[in-house]
Amino acid sequence: MEVFLQALLSLDRETARRQMRLALSDTNPATAIETLLIPTMERIGALWEQGDVALSQVYMSGRICEGILDELLPVAETDEADNPQTIIAVFEDSHALGKRLVVSALRVARIPVQDYGLGVTLEELVKKVRQDRPQVLLISVLMLRSALRVAELVRQLEAMSERPYIIVGGAPFLLDAQLWRQVGADAMAANSAEVLRLLKSLGISAAKAERSVPL
Amino acid sequence: MTTGNSSLQRVLTTLSHREPDRVPLFLLLTTHGAKELGLGIREYFSRPEYVAEGQLRLQRKFGHDCLYAFWYAAAELEAWGGSAIFYEDGPPNAGAPIFTSRSQIMAARRPQVTASPILQNILASIALMKQGVGDAAPIIGVVMSPFSLPVMQLGFENYFTLMADDKPALLHLLEANIAFCIEWANAQLAAGATAICYFDPVSSPTIVAAEWYRAWGLPASRQAQAAIKGPIAAHLASGRVLPLIDDLVNSGMSVVGVGALEDLREVKAACRDRISILGNLNGIAMTHWTPAEAENAVKKAIAQAAPGGGFILSDGHGEIPWQVSDEVLHAIVAATRRWGTYPLQAELTDGA
Repeated sequence: MEVFLQALLSLDRETARRQMRLALSDTNPATAIETLLIPTMERIGALWEQGDVALSQVYMSGRICEGILDELLPVAETDEADNPQTIIAVFEDSHALGKRLVVSALRVARIPVQDYGLGVTLEELVKKVRQDRPQVLLISVLMLRSALRVAELVRQLEAMSERPYIIVGGAPFLLDAQLWRQVGADAMAANSAEVLRLLKSLGISAAKAERSVPL
Repeated sequence: MTTGNSSLQRVLTTLSHREPDRVPLFLLLTTHGAKELGLGIREYFSRPEYVAEGQLRLQRKFGHDCLYAFWYAAAELEAWGGSAIFYEDGPPNAGAPIFTSRSQIMAARRPQVTASPILQNILASIALMKQGVGDAAPIIGVVMSPFSLPVMQLGFENYFTLMADDKPALLHLLEANIAFCIEWANAQLAAGATAICYFDPVSSPTIVAAEWYRAWGLPASRQAQAAIKGPIAAHLASGRVLPLIDDLVNSGMSVVGVGALEDLREVKAACRDRISILGNLNGIAMTHWTPAEAENAVKKAIAQAAPGGGFILSDGHGEIPWQVSDEVLHAIVAATRRWGTYPLQAELTDGA
């Protein structure tokens, strides 16, 4: 794993690809993803959290891993469910990077996710969530005003018989550890590895696995 | 110890790593000026007279030690042909990236400051601030660093990809940005700004690896620093700064902005007598602080960074959010006067 990790951090695509091929020669694709790709991405998330790697390295590592998946694994192995239980949106905000990092990690972990995109307004999001009824809603923001609007989103979603579990992320929540509770979210993820961990704790894992979310 | 300093004297004394009468306080307020004038944020930023009047009123109201000539970051993108998105309750944001292909990057030509209505408005506001405040308080102008501007020009993802995969295009863009940054900073100084805040979040190890910073961020900063005709504060807008202190000192920066998550005591140890610190109150937490919490935060920052001078108290991001109440701002001011008067009280300096 160390060689793979260093290859990703130094943007050495060739070595990363070689390491993945090596893993695939020993085991099936699902196990290779579980034992090499996901733990490495989790480790990179933790290193960013500690200040030991930069956001650029997190982003480029995700892109390299996605490229490897596309290249080395048959499409059938990375299939996506028709009705993902997880939805992600950049809420009332147009800063895409945080969502991109999470989507990248979810793709690598083969967790299906429906992407509502950027700048999703309160009204749009409430309407779509009521219609799609996801089990988990991932909210990404950069601006404080958007983070504070999550409170109103939660309030409006409370009217649903079973509202989704809401996980928030983004700079305002990193800078103020109390903020996610204050706006009524169910959890905060400091990085994409934490999103994976939280989803796992909710029973959501790879595309073909059975999933259930306690609500 | 000196007494009865003007804001400018207070700041100059601390920048020379001596203790003035009290710790200078920069309330880096932008959109609060609109509240003072009873205007919406878009309207407020439509005329230089409004922004100048907003800054002058804020400085009179809170008695802090600067006027802040920062309108909003996307103003520079507007000068490059992009747009800004306005909100009722927060700072304007950058609109869509202006460069979406390599050929557009290679065709990039820097805008002329004199030909940009938004930049001319900002310059006019600085001139009006200068008329209003004279030499009593410093006016802080702002530029985006040539290395950080591409986040708005390209978007983060495309910018990272450019740095990884297309150095010729990157260097072409940086060259255009460096020339623009120098012209824009010097125009603000000529209009009456006392110093330039050089916002450079991308150089932080939070955002890019040291290898990229040393290859492009640092050289861009050195080139800009050498040609900007006034003092410069490097501000990484909440990004980690500690690993860069030596580089910032060596490139001649006078001040470094420090984010709220950084260990201020550790930063002070690295900066002492070499570069002054601006920071590092938590602007996000300020939105729900009580006056007592504000006082504790001020007291803690002063204890950690004020001994010996070389410290200006401010928020850690370079902009106080719209949602921060006047009550909290007044509490910060009162606490700075109470705990920031030199010589500092023993309670603050014991164990420093």
